[in-house]
Parts: sequence; C-alpha cells; structure tokens
Amino acid sequence: MSTDSAPPLLAVEKLTKHFPIMQGVFRRQVGTVKAVDGLDFEIRERETLGLVGESGCGKSTAGRVILRLYAATAGRIVFRGTDITALEGEALRRMRPRMQMIFQDPQDSLNPRMTVGTIIGEPLLEHGAEGKRALQARVEELLESVGLDPGFTNRYPHEFSGGQRQRIGVARALALNPEFIVCDEPIAALDVSIQAQVVNLLEDLQERLGLTYLFISHDLSMIRHIADRVAVMYLGKIVELATSDVLYREPLHPYTRALLSAVPIHDPELESHRERIILSGDVPSPADPPSGCRFSTRCPMAAPECREREPEWRELRPGHRVACHFAE
Amino acid sequence: MAAVSDARRVLEVRDIRTRFHTQDGVVHAVNGISFDLDEGELLGVVGESGSGKSVTMMSLLKLLPMPPAEIVSGRALLEGENLIALDVERLRRVRGAHVGFIFQDPMTSLNPVLTVGYQITEPLRVHLGMNRAAARRRAVELLELVGIPMAASRLNDFPHQFSGGMRQRVMIAIALACEPRVLIADEPTTALDVTIQAQILDLVKRLRRELGMAIIWITHDLGVVAGLADRVMVMYGGLVVERARVNELYARPRHPYTRGLLRTLPRLDGTRSERLESIAGQPPNLAQAPAACPFAPRCGHAFERCWKENPLLEAVAEGHEVACWLDPETGAARAA
Repeated sequence: MSTDSAPPLLAVEKLTKHFPIMQGVFRRQVGTVKAVDGLDFEIRERETLGLVGESGCGKSTAGRVILRLYAATAGRIVFRGTDITALEGEALRRMRPRMQMIFQDPQDSLNPRMTVGTIIGEPLLEHGAEGKRALQARVEELLESVGLDPGFTNRYPHEFSGGQRQRIGVARALALNPEFIVCDEPIAALDVSIQAQVVNLLEDLQERLGLTYLFISHDLSMIRHIADRVAVMYLGKIVELATSDVLYREPLHPYTRALLSAVPIHDPELESHRERIILSGDVPSPADPPSGCRFSTRCPMAAPECREREPEWRELRPGHRVACHFAE
Repeated sequence: MAAVSDARRVLEVRDIRTRFHTQDGVVHAVNGISFDLDEGELLGVVGESGSGKSVTMMSLLKLLPMPPAEIVSGRALLEGENLIALDVERLRRVRGAHVGFIFQDPMTSLNPVLTVGYQITEPLRVHLGMNRAAARRRAVELLELVGIPMAASRLNDFPHQFSGGMRQRVMIAIALACEPRVLIADEPTTALDVTIQAQILDLVKRLRRELGMAIIWITHDLGVVAGLADRVMVMYGGLVVERARVNELYARPRHPYTRGLLRTLPRLDGTRSERLESIAGQPPNLAQAPAACPFAPRCGHAFERCWKENPLLEAVAEGHEVACWLDPETGAARAA
C-alpha cells in the first residue's frame, strides 16, 4: 500500500450511471434506474479496494463504468492523472490494455468454441502482438503464471474445472500487462476449497506484478481478508469507506453494522450468543429510491430528518468516511 | 435445542447408493450414505458441489429423474415405512404430507403461472382433504406464520410479485402446509443476500421452537450451520467423512478435509491472516465408486493405506464419527 501523499492511480468524482426504463411501442422513457448515483473515492497504487454490497446496490455497474464498458451519465474518472471519462476511438483503445476485468462466472465469460490458447492470445493479437512464436511463448508464460500447465493451450474451456477456468480468466486479464484490474465477484461461483486457491493466486500476482485491484464482492469475510480499504455500497451510493481493519472493528454506518452482524461466523460458541441486527423489509428499487437517506426506510435509528435531508459524505476521522447524520 | 439421546427417531437412512447414467459414462454420486434423524433435531449436511448432499436427500423421496438416475441400494425408514420401496401413489402422499422440501431457488421451484394462494392451498386440499374456504383460511395463517405482511391480500399474487426473500418465505409456507414430520431444506438461503438470509434463519429458528419438526439443512456454508444445527455431517465424494455434534465438530474437527475447510475460510472477527490456507487439487471425479479414500489425492497426511482402502466411519468420541485412516489420538498413520 502506498502512502497517502502519492497521487492515486484512479479517482472517481460524482460518478453516476443512470439507465433509462423504456416502455411501449415508441420506446418512450418512463423512468430511470439510478444504478450508480454519485460515487467519490480513489484507489491508490498497488492497493486493493474492496467494494461490498448486496445484489442490486450498483457495485458491478460501478466497476464497469470505471472501465468504460458503460458510458458514465455524469461525473469524472481520472486514471493516472488523465480524465478518461470522455475518451473515444483510438485514445480509448490505447487506454484499454492498462485496465482489465476478471468476471464472476468463468463458465459464461470464456467462449466455449475457442481454445485456451486463442482465448488468452486474442487480446495480444488485438493489441499488436509480435508474431506467432512470440505469441505462443507469451500464452504459455501466462498459463504458467496462473498455475496451469503450459501444455493446455489446445484445450477447450469445458475440459477444465471451475477453479481452473477462473485461472484462465485471470491469465487473459493479465495478457496485456495491465496496471489495474476490476475483479467482479471472481470467487462467487467457486467451491469453498477452491476459493482460497484463487484468492491466493490474485494476491501473489498483485505482489509480483504491482497490480492494483478493485475487488467487488458480497462476501464480507473474504473482503476483509483481501482488501486494504473497503467501501460499502447501498442503493447506488457509498455509505462508508475505511481501512479494512477499522471498518470491521468500528463500523459507523448503521447499514454496515447490520451487514456485518448478518454474516454467519463458523464458530458455534460465538454464534449462540451473538447479537444480530435483523433489518426489516427488502432493498427498495433503485428506480424509485427513498428521499433523503436511502437507507432510512430500513434503518433501525432513522429520525424524521433522515427522510428529508440526504446525509453528507464526510470524513469523520482521518481516512474514515461515512454518509450518515448520526454517525458520531 | 439439544436432541436427547432417547428422543424418538423419525428417519433412519441406510446405505443409499445412487448413480447417474450419462452420455459420458456412469457418475457414482452417492456411495453408501447412512444417517439417523431424531424428532425435533436439526441435522446440517455440509459439502461442496458434487459431494452428493442434494442427491442423497432427493433419493430418499425419489425426486430424481430415473433414468438417468438409478438408486442402486438403500432404505429410508420414515417412522418405520421404507420410502425407497413405496409405489408412486403412496410416495406422492408422503411427499408434501410427511416430508416438506425447500429448494435453493424459489423462482424456479414455484410455478410462475399459478397464484401463491393456489400453490399453498393445493397440498392442503390434496393431502388433508380441506375444502376451498378452510384451505384459504389455513393459507393465510401459514403466510402470517412465515412473516408475510398483509397475507390475506397477497394470496392472489403471482410469484414474480414477491421479492427473493419473500418468495423463499412462500416456499417455506408451502413446505410446512401439512405439518410434515421432516423438513428438508436444500441450500435455502444460498441465493439470498446476507441481510435477507439473516431474516430467513431467524424465521427458521422461530419455527423450530414453535413447531418442533426435524430438519435436514443442506448447505456449503459452514457459517450458517454453526448457528443453526444440532449435529453436522460432512460429505465428500458421495460419502460421509465426518459427523459430530456441532460444538464438537468445530472445536475438534478430525478429518483432514473438515480441518482444511475450516482453515481455508477467512473470518469476520479475530486476526487477519496474511495468507489463506488452501486445499490443493480438485474435487474427485466420480466415474468410479471410490475404492480408496476419496480425499487422499488432496490430503497432506495421506499414506499408503489411504490409496488402497476406503476408511469406514468409526466413532472416535461420544457421538463423533470419522472416516479416516489416521489415528484419532495421535494423528499418525495407522497400520493395516
């Protein structure tokens, strides 16, 4: 983890992504899904920022907007001092190799008709690789770096297990020597005994190649392990951000507290007398978020003020930011 | 809620073996599973995908498509009656009336074109012979029991009008409709978010207190089972590798697989480890029924005997059984 004074690798300001809801024969817009609604944070070089939240909170959309897979509705994305929010054409294409993505389900994100060699080699060809032999050598090197047999280049994805397929996805993401990788639920589809293998691989690669990760997950225990700092999202907003140690020891936002208390711990002694904050109801629709604080409809400590005024995103302690009127 | 040793036995399962005949050959999914379930007890069944935990429970009620599935052997005595030997007609009475089933994904197990009210009243009318009005009254009670607000007005809604957590509550209401002796829950919270999972676990604990039925809870999540089960059974390669009371299992896991699993999990509390321990290798290929220990290829302690003979479950402490050739006291290799 680099020091605070160094310029961040990536910074987002007021990042927003709204999806129109279309209806009828003329596809008229009848509403807006506010999937990501004003995010402010930065990611430092060589760190892992964890982004957690429940399904529909906008964490995956945020990852995709940052990589310019979706166009932002508003706000800025600054990568190494360059505003990339509006880059287009050749300039954007030249940017792409530096930022890559690892997807959740290696079953869906690898083309079943392509061999492993073609899958990993494709980005190399696309971005001007250097002849057939060099390409083959690079593919084998990549396979080796993710712990697979370099002789596997002519095999197809279905010949591999889930964990091995995820390693292929990692090798593809590494092909172009990226600096920054968005890992979107990379272990959610894997068995418990395989998850640790993939997480250890990602940590080794980070160490060796100096990578920076945005690690998106709903698994709070794994995020605690892998992330240096953690951002908690709820309905399109970040509600709390702090270092991993501080966030899990002293969560300030009532949503973070409820979320942490809901995670089962594999210790029957502890579970038998653990206090649980059970939130009532479901997450409201991002097409029609509550006024004021978005968590106010489920918050155990909501006051009238919370329904009227949106809480400010403020730094309560150094490095610990929270959006709640009553975080003190 | 502890199951006392002289509690009445509800279910007695012996030597279930199930295989699938697929295009690529035979898959030996379940290779001799035996267990007992007492009245009011919650048995956690833990295992990874392909360990045979779901197939075992589906075999009991013949819920598998046959072919490709084939139940090769075994019996399952529900209060003395062998379910495996029952004819289709009788089995249909048992399913729903005596054994309730909750599946992982309520969206695919509820019928999307029938109202929720219809789906809850159907078992009441079929199995309990209730008339329409009585069944509807009972359906409202059931929906209230599982915590669905404004239950009466929601009977005419379709499944898609409910959220994921609410749909799972509906599934639970249907499974409980005929007050079954045994409830089998197959990864019922896996598809849900943690805050919704907490709501459902809270509900299940309350229902257990109020209704006192026996529950089999299938999951891959060792955390969920820790807070819920009386006893836990760990499965690997279609076999039970370890079984113990919940506190004993987590405090003194004996099988290298169980130990490995507990060690690979990062924790929400305590110190943060620098590096996760991992279990090397892949889950077993079940093209052959395991003739040796199925975990041997991934086990750090495997010795000669592990590659030749499959260990049977043996008691190592009061109510604690392990299938492993390592000496339970010293952890060293045991001679043949």
